[in-house]
Amino acid sequence: MSSDEDGESREVELSHKQKLEIAKWFLMNSPPGEIQYVAKDVKAVLKDENVYAAAAAEAFPLYNKSHMICLQLPDRSGDVLITSFSEIREDEYLDPRTAQVAVVDHAKQTCVEVRPASDEELPSAYVEEYRAALDAETSKYVSEAYPKGVCSVYATSGKYVEEPGSDFELVVVILASRHSPQNFCNGSWQSIWNVVFKDELHIVELRGKLQVGAHYFEEGNVQLDGKHECKDSTVFQSPDDCAVSVVNMIRHHETEYLTSLQTSYSNLSDTTFKDLRRKLPVTRTLFPWHNTMQFNLTRDISKELGIGK
Amino acid sequence: MEAAMGLMRRMPPKHTETALSALLSLLPHHSSDLLSQVDQPLQVLCDVDSGKEFILCEYNRDADSYRSPWSNKYHPPLEDGPHPSAELRKLEIEANEVFAIYRDQYYEGGISSVYLWEDENDGFVACFLIKKDGSKNAHGRRGYLQEGAWDAIHVIEVGPEEEGKSRYCLTSTVMLSMTTNDVSSSSFNLSGSIRRQMNADLSVAEGHLCNMGRMIEEMEGKLRNSLDQVYFGKTKEMVCTLRPPAELVQMRLPES
Repeated sequence: MSSDEDGESREVELSHKQKLEIAKWFLMNSPPGEIQYVAKDVKAVLKDENVYAAAAAEAFPLYNKSHMICLQLPDRSGDVLITSFSEIREDEYLDPRTAQVAVVDHAKQTCVEVRPASDEELPSAYVEEYRAALDAETSKYVSEAYPKGVCSVYATSGKYVEEPGSDFELVVVILASRHSPQNFCNGSWQSIWNVVFKDELHIVELRGKLQVGAHYFEEGNVQLDGKHECKDSTVFQSPDDCAVSVVNMIRHHETEYLTSLQTSYSNLSDTTFKDLRRKLPVTRTLFPWHNTMQFNLTRDISKELGIGK
Repeated sequence: MEAAMGLMRRMPPKHTETALSALLSLLPHHSSDLLSQVDQPLQVLCDVDSGKEFILCEYNRDADSYRSPWSNKYHPPLEDGPHPSAELRKLEIEANEVFAIYRDQYYEGGISSVYLWEDENDGFVACFLIKKDGSKNAHGRRGYLQEGAWDAIHVIEVGPEEEGKSRYCLTSTVMLSMTTNDVSSSSFNLSGSIRRQMNADLSVAEGHLCNMGRMIEEMEGKLRNSLDQVYFGKTKEMVCTLRPPAELVQMRLPES
């Protein structure tokens, strides 16, 4: 049998690079909140500390940013979200609300140190006024809509614009995650809203990317992966008025998305699932296993009569 | 091995094949354990003699060839590949015919294959396979699914007959994936796999096929139901915990 040959050909030692790629792949594909468990298993499977360390050094920062994990600041003055929008250096992330920069340990997923942000790391006073107003309004909404939600608003392009006349962009990030490994269940909801303030056109454009994931793995492995994108716009007004109308749009779209998720779930049992397998046969009775001769009979007859196949 | 199974339990079900081949290359000396404990999406070949498709698995494989249940021939051709005994082959032919009708009644399409072989204890083992592509471009009658796959693997060990009874040990796995796109900008995917076992001592008066069929029918019903009610239900619950629907928010007490 060739299984032995297969076994031998597979014995060819993988290169350092191949092992590294495999380890990174597993780490990067960890469901929300599960990378530490995956890391433990990857370490055990690799049996190679050097490869593991190299893979972890590359994969953890990417995973932490794509899952936008939330870390508590060491002095408990607030939280910092690990995102590409808040990234200053690979291990430094800005918390615009407290104007602090957190130094993080990606592999341990902790914040080890904070320092005040420098002037260059913060937006101009003009942009900050819009940012702070939007942050306050978003926080209010998040605390109402998400039992364990966190949010942050970042100034991205045009953050040094000092007065009306130029465009600038803010990014609203909302994250709600729940990890209950003891119940074999983890999940996360993340929203990223790009808010572009267009000075000349006098409008504020909104682009949203929502993503929701859930993993249930008690004696099985079932995962939900939902994605949604949307757009909207409003009039460019004062910081406070902009904040209110932007958050109203966010609330509206997120509520709508939640409703569409619920509709997808309720269609599932009744209709969608039927296209894979019915609950009962087309005959609406259990299959007549005791009487399968009848099928042979019908087939023989149709053969004799020259009908059917 | 425990760590490898731990990883398989956490990786997205749609990446099962990638995860398995990664583990096989890292742990070559565990390859037979991995292949027997991790189920992967079923592949299909066309039988050149009958023109019908058949399903590939470890149980009809020898070297790089697979035996078709329709013509009993290996594809690609293989000299001295093992075949079931004449008696068992007779039951295999009947099982394939009946199971195809069963499959059509529950699945309204799809492909099925049944393989039988002798085991060491005077009994035999049967493997019933079903593969259904329920996407609207394939066998999805109602057109609800952008993408939809259901793979079922049932392996039954049938013990030797004693005083008119045999012992049946069934291990079943279902792997599925469903994607719906209600609006162009939105996608909703649920995917997963579960495996269960069921044992029974049954009278063989009505024949092995009848007993095996009933067990599989009951098991498939249970698996479908727990995926639908329990597994999908848990992910829905999670979504509602992350962001409770408006009616729940209003019902919450002020202090919570």
